[in-house]
Amino acid sequence: MSGQRKRIAECFHRLQAEGKTALITFVTAGDPDLDTSEQLMYELVEAGADILELGVPFSDPMADGPVIQQANERALAHNVSLANVMELVARFRTQDQQTPVVLMGYLNPIERMGYEEFASAAQNAGVDGVLTVDMPVEESGNYRATLSKVGLDTVFLVAPTSGPDRSQMIADASSGFLYYVSVKGVTGGIKADFSQVRETVEGLKALGGAPVGVGFGISSPEDAAIVAAFSDAVVVGSAIIKQLESAPGQAGIRAAADLVGQLRTAMDAAVGV
Amino acid sequence: MLKQQQNSKAGSLPDEAGHFGDFGGKFVAETLMQPLRELEEAYAACKADPEFQQILNADLQHYVGRPSPLYLAERLTQQVGGAAIYLKREDLNHTGAHKINNTVGQALVAARMGKKRIIAETGAGQHGVATATVAARLGLECVVYMGSEDIQRQSLNVYRMRLLGATVVSVESGSKTLKDAMNEAMRDWVANVDNTFYIIGTVAGPHPYPMMVRDFQIVIGEESRQQMLKQHGGLPDSVVACVGGGSNAIGMFHAFLEDQQVEIFGVEAGGDGVDTGRHAAPLCAGRPGVLHGNRTYLMQDDNGQIIETHSISAGLDYPGVGPEHSWLKESGRVGYVNITDDQAMAAFHQLTLTEGIMPALESSHAMAYGVELAASMSADQAVLICLSGRGDKDVHTVAALQGIEV
Repeated sequence: MSGQRKRIAECFHRLQAEGKTALITFVTAGDPDLDTSEQLMYELVEAGADILELGVPFSDPMADGPVIQQANERALAHNVSLANVMELVARFRTQDQQTPVVLMGYLNPIERMGYEEFASAAQNAGVDGVLTVDMPVEESGNYRATLSKVGLDTVFLVAPTSGPDRSQMIADASSGFLYYVSVKGVTGGIKADFSQVRETVEGLKALGGAPVGVGFGISSPEDAAIVAAFSDAVVVGSAIIKQLESAPGQAGIRAAADLVGQLRTAMDAAVGV
Repeated sequence: MLKQQQNSKAGSLPDEAGHFGDFGGKFVAETLMQPLRELEEAYAACKADPEFQQILNADLQHYVGRPSPLYLAERLTQQVGGAAIYLKREDLNHTGAHKINNTVGQALVAARMGKKRIIAETGAGQHGVATATVAARLGLECVVYMGSEDIQRQSLNVYRMRLLGATVVSVESGSKTLKDAMNEAMRDWVANVDNTFYIIGTVAGPHPYPMMVRDFQIVIGEESRQQMLKQHGGLPDSVVACVGGGSNAIGMFHAFLEDQQVEIFGVEAGGDGVDTGRHAAPLCAGRPGVLHGNRTYLMQDDNGQIIETHSISAGLDYPGVGPEHSWLKESGRVGYVNITDDQAMAAFHQLTLTEGIMPALESSHAMAYGVELAASMSADQAVLICLSGRGDKDVHTVAALQGIEV
């Protein structure tokens, strides 16, 4: 749809002009409930998040470590569905028309809904991009065509194992941003070797695709500062969820927002703004 | 040793990307895409190498004990009063089930790839035992993921794996059964992909697993076909095998797919009955979706969440099924039916008492349907049933159902 705003591209342009690296935060929608998620979304933006990634709960999150697995289980304990997640985005959009929202999840809920229906519902809700972990580029022809027809960005993962040919193919297929998985492993696991990550990210940026974000294995303000210096975006998920679950209710939300504030400060300092 | 024909004519699928019609494929996180490509290449090289095939065939003969016998169950046939009932005795293989056919093959591929560490998922524990067995034989480190609920109901197999030197990791996430064990094995593989070979135990998972595991199990049907011709003097009228992920069934069915006069049936776990929702019969009562790397029929709710399954048999307690079965269902070549827990238990006792053969609870599903089928057929006809495993591992479950503590 030609009239669709490209919020993700706008966001990267604005940050580039300000000399900043984007901070992308991940939380699982509906963990522990949808009202908390909605409030958390505003708080994360307030604390310095540039792009919000919302995890769509799935019963079998194969690429996730224990922290995000349990977040999925908490959300599924009261049957949070893909349709609920889009309702959540629609509510968020009544307050915030600026911050890009990317849905991150697994393919089966989208298959069940049907690509066409999913694309139009996501567009209507104000979703900007979709990252489907278990959808590799090779299988994605119909998916990409359907999503891009309504102006949704399709974010794909690049991994340390991808190699030059696959990386180019993925960069060509990705829109919004390109997500570099900095470790071989699941989310929230081991810490990345940042000097190696730097080399790979510089290679990816030279491929001429969308901006390059780095995630999986970044948990502290110190990590974020290092990665912010050479990437276009830093993605933090498990560490934020750990804060959220560290205390019930408002205290958990506050702890999560505090961490995001620290990440923001450290990243801005690292790039000299 | 019967000649193993790994390139059977029915083996034209999957296509190069691993599709069986609309099913199969490779739906995994990007980190695994290149390792899967490497596995495809290594496996293709093995398949084309006569020396590999020679070693594999020698292992199947001298280590596994192939060919496994084809047995005419005369007393059972008499009792049922219909078609002759032939049993393919995969229960007589080393480790007690068909699973070893595949683990022997994959372990040889792993060794060729220079991998020092083997991981596997297991439900009933048969695949875990078969994997731990080949790992012990090749001196490879072995880690087996198993749902904590399955660990309880299959404690004997857990101990066997530990005796074989394997580490058994209890999986506490999700429904704590086979699907969660598979999630955890995938997570391990992503993190340790450089030195680790993942031996998947069934014809599911991302390409090339459904093809590779099928190829290693095809020997079941190839032998059976020749044995039927020799012992019975003709092909069976019907072929029956149980289907969880579906590896013994694919292995049995392939040799008969082109014989249009042979009816083929896959038997899923009906649990308490498919109308109760407590079952593990995705082909009978599920819908297509994507799980564990492939598109196939799944047990799922309206939101696309995978739902918990139920079967008395841990080996059939899986919400998906191999993608080739989904394709065989849609093509109409194979009929998929289901048998409840109670029917399977009755078949277990019947075979034990009439023939002195104690079938695994998985295989008891095939027995129940095969016997029902035989009863409806005439005495000049024949039913071939894949007796995929032996029931020793299930004695505790059977005893508990009868209120007996062993």
